[in-house]
Amino acid sequence: MAYLDHAATTPMYPEVAATMAKLLTESGNPSSLHASGRRARRQVEEAREQVAEVLGCRPAEVIFTSGGTEANNIALKGIAWDQRDKDPNRTRILISAIEHHAILDPAHWLNDHDGFEVQFIPVTETGIVTPEALLKTIDNDFDSVALVSVMLANNEVGTINDISELVNVTSGKGIRFHTDAVQAPTWLKVNFDELGVCAMSVSGHKVGGPHGVGAIIMSRDCTVTPLIHGGGQERDVRSGTLDVPAIVAFAQALQISADRRNDQVSRIANLRDDLVAKVKGAVPDAIYNGDLTNRLANNAHFTFPGCLGDSLLMLLDAQGVETSVGSACSAGVPQPSHVLLAMGADEDSARCTLRFTLGHNSTVQDVADLIAQLPGAVERAKRAGVPKAFSMTGAE
Amino acid sequence: MRVLAALSGGVDSAVAAARAVDAGHEVTAVHLALSRNRESLRTGARGCCTIEDANDAFRAADMLGAPFYVWDLSAEFQEAVIDDFISEYANGRTPNPCLRCNERIKFQAVLERGMALGFDAVVTGHYAQVFDGPNGKELHRALDMTKDQSYVLGVLTHDQISHSLFPLGDTTKDEVRKEAERRGILVAQKPDSHDICFIPDGDTAGWLSRRIGEKPGDVIDAVSGDVVGHHEGAHAYTVGQRRGLALGRPAPDGARRYVVDVDVPNNKVMVGPPTLLDINVIEAIRPTWAGPELVDGSKVGVQFRAHGEEISATAFKTEDGFRVELDQMARGVASGQAAVLYDGTRVVGSGTINRTKRKVQGEQLVGSN
Repeated sequence: MAYLDHAATTPMYPEVAATMAKLLTESGNPSSLHASGRRARRQVEEAREQVAEVLGCRPAEVIFTSGGTEANNIALKGIAWDQRDKDPNRTRILISAIEHHAILDPAHWLNDHDGFEVQFIPVTETGIVTPEALLKTIDNDFDSVALVSVMLANNEVGTINDISELVNVTSGKGIRFHTDAVQAPTWLKVNFDELGVCAMSVSGHKVGGPHGVGAIIMSRDCTVTPLIHGGGQERDVRSGTLDVPAIVAFAQALQISADRRNDQVSRIANLRDDLVAKVKGAVPDAIYNGDLTNRLANNAHFTFPGCLGDSLLMLLDAQGVETSVGSACSAGVPQPSHVLLAMGADEDSARCTLRFTLGHNSTVQDVADLIAQLPGAVERAKRAGVPKAFSMTGAE
Repeated sequence: MRVLAALSGGVDSAVAAARAVDAGHEVTAVHLALSRNRESLRTGARGCCTIEDANDAFRAADMLGAPFYVWDLSAEFQEAVIDDFISEYANGRTPNPCLRCNERIKFQAVLERGMALGFDAVVTGHYAQVFDGPNGKELHRALDMTKDQSYVLGVLTHDQISHSLFPLGDTTKDEVRKEAERRGILVAQKPDSHDICFIPDGDTAGWLSRRIGEKPGDVIDAVSGDVVGHHEGAHAYTVGQRRGLALGRPAPDGARRYVVDVDVPNNKVMVGPPTLLDINVIEAIRPTWAGPELVDGSKVGVQFRAHGEEISATAFKTEDGFRVELDQMARGVASGQAAVLYDGTRVVGSGTINRTKRKVQGEQLVGSN
C-alpha cells in the first residue's frame, strides 16, 4: 500500500489528532460570555496568534473559514464586490490560467452572472506566471482591474510563483492581489508580509491538520463584502460558530510543519528526486512536467504518452498504489488538465498525466511499491489506448 | 474471472454486480459518464447520466466491496449515439439509440477498454441469458418475457457475447427488487428508466427540430396524390405515426390516416390508410451475428421493436445483409429500426432495416421506404 496523493490530502500529524480528540468533548462556544465560552475563545485566539506567527501576519489578519475553497470564494467574490462598490470601473478580474477550481469557478461565476470580466494570465511551459505576462494582461488599463489572483504553488505540477515580484506590477494602482497558498505551507516558508498580497488562502488538511478548516489572511486595509452573514464572528467577514477543536488543531499542524520544515523538505525532496529518476528509468518515454527548480519538494508530475491517466490510476489502485490524475474531477470524471493545456500541451497528452505527491509520512517503500507496479500498468494502459478527445462541436 | 460491472445507478445493474460477486468473480465497478454537462439530480424516469445516479452507483459498488470508477465515454456517446440518432432521423429513418449504445458503447468501447486493462468480461443488468451451445456462447431471451432485453442486445457479436455476463436473465423484475431490498441496496425502489436518456423532456420531435432545423413541405395522400397538409420538416415523422399530423380535412372515407412513407430527399410525408402500412418483406443491411451466420432459407422469428411481437418468417442472405419474408403482415415498420432474428429463444443476429415491401399473391410488389 503506497499513498502518493498527499497534495489531495495528507494525514493528520498524530499529535494534532490527539489535541483535536481531546477538545472535541469540551464544551464552550467562543461567542458565549461565561467561563466555558471564554476558555474556547482563548483557545481560538491562541490559535490565531500561532497561525499569524507561522504565516508572517498579524493575528487580526487571520480569518478562519471552513477551508481553502471558502477562503478563495471570499477572496474572489468578496474583494471583487467591494472593489466595484468603491469604483464601478473596476470590473476586471485577472487570474492565472493554472488556478485551482476553487478560484476558476467563482471567477467564472462572477463573469457569467455578475457583470465582471475574467481574463487569464498565460503561463510559461513550466507553469510560471511572469511579471511580463501579468503586465500584458493588464494591457495598460490598471484602473479597470479589481483583483488579481495568482496561486503561490500549483496543485498539479507543483510550480512555485514569485508572488512578490508580481505584486510589484500592481502595487500603488488600487488593485487587490490575492494568492492561493493552499499547497505551500508545509514545503515553503510562507510570509504574508513579505509576499505583499492583500489576501492569501490556506487550508488545514493540506498541512497535516483536519479537514473542514482553513483561513483567509487579509491585510487590515483589505475590505471585503461578506458572503456568509450571521453572527459576524470573524471580523464581520465570515459568520458561523467557530470550530474550536479544528482551529486549534489546524494552528498546531501549521506550527509543526514550520518547526520540521528544514528536515522534512530535504528528506522529501531527496525521496521525490529518487522517485523521478526511477520513473524515468522504468518508463523511458515518460515526460517530467513542471519546473525543475521552482517546484514544491513533494511533487512529481508526468505525462505517459499513449496512456490515459485514469487507466493508469485504476490499474495502480488495484495494486494498492494510490495516485492522482492531478486534474480536477467533475463528479468523478477526470477532465483533460487545464494546467497542462495552459502550459502548452495538446488535449490528448493533457489526459495522459499522473501526479505523485509525497507527504510527511512517505517512505522509501512507497516509491519502491510504485516502481514495482508502474511498468506493468503503463503497458496495459497503452494497450487500452486513448479515446478520441471530446470535441466541443456539436456537444450537448 | 476479473469482471467489469457497468453500474448505471439503477437496481438491475446493482443486483447483477452483486450476483457476480456471489459467483466468486473479482468485480470492479464502472459508471459511464455519457454527457459532459450532467444534471445534479434525477428528474422523471431517466435512469442514467445524472450525478445522483453516479452516486447511487458508487454506493452500490461500495456495498459490494468493489472499487468504483467513472469512465468518461461522452465523446464516444456523442459521436456513436447522439450524432447518429440525428443523422438517421435527418435521413428519414427511425433509429433505436439504446441498441446503438449497447453496440458501440457498453459492449464495444467499455469491453475493449476493459479487456485491454486486463478484465475478462463485462457484467450488466440486462435481462437476457447466455448459454453454452454447440458453437460456443449463445444469447437467449430472458425468462421473464415482459422484461426481455435480448432485442437491444441483438447487435452484439459472438465475441462480445462470449465476454458478457447477464446474471438477471433468469429472474423477474419483482424478484430483482426483492433481492435488492434483502441485500440492502438503496436503489431497490428506484423507478425503471425509459425514454431516451439524452432527451430529458421526452419531446423527441422538438429536440430533433432544434438540431436539424425546420424545412416546411407537403403532406401528400398516398392514394390520391393530393396535397392534404403541410409539415415543418419530414424528419419529424415516423412511418406508422398517427398523431400530430394536423391534417385539415379527413380522408374521403373518413378513416384515420397514418404516415406511410417519409421521403426526406423530396421533403414529402406520405399519409394513407393503415392497410398501406402492411408489409411482409424486409431487407436489412449491416448484419451482426450472435453465433454462426444465418443459414439461407431458414425459418426464424423476427422482432422489430424493443417490446414488439415476434413474427415467424423465412430469412435469406443477401449481398449486404439479409431479407426476411414474413408469414403474416406486419404494420408500421420503419427503416432504420433493427430487425433481430431468433431461432426459438436464441438470438441469431440482427440488421438495420433498409427497405420494406408488401408482396401479395397476384398483386404487384408495392415498395415503401
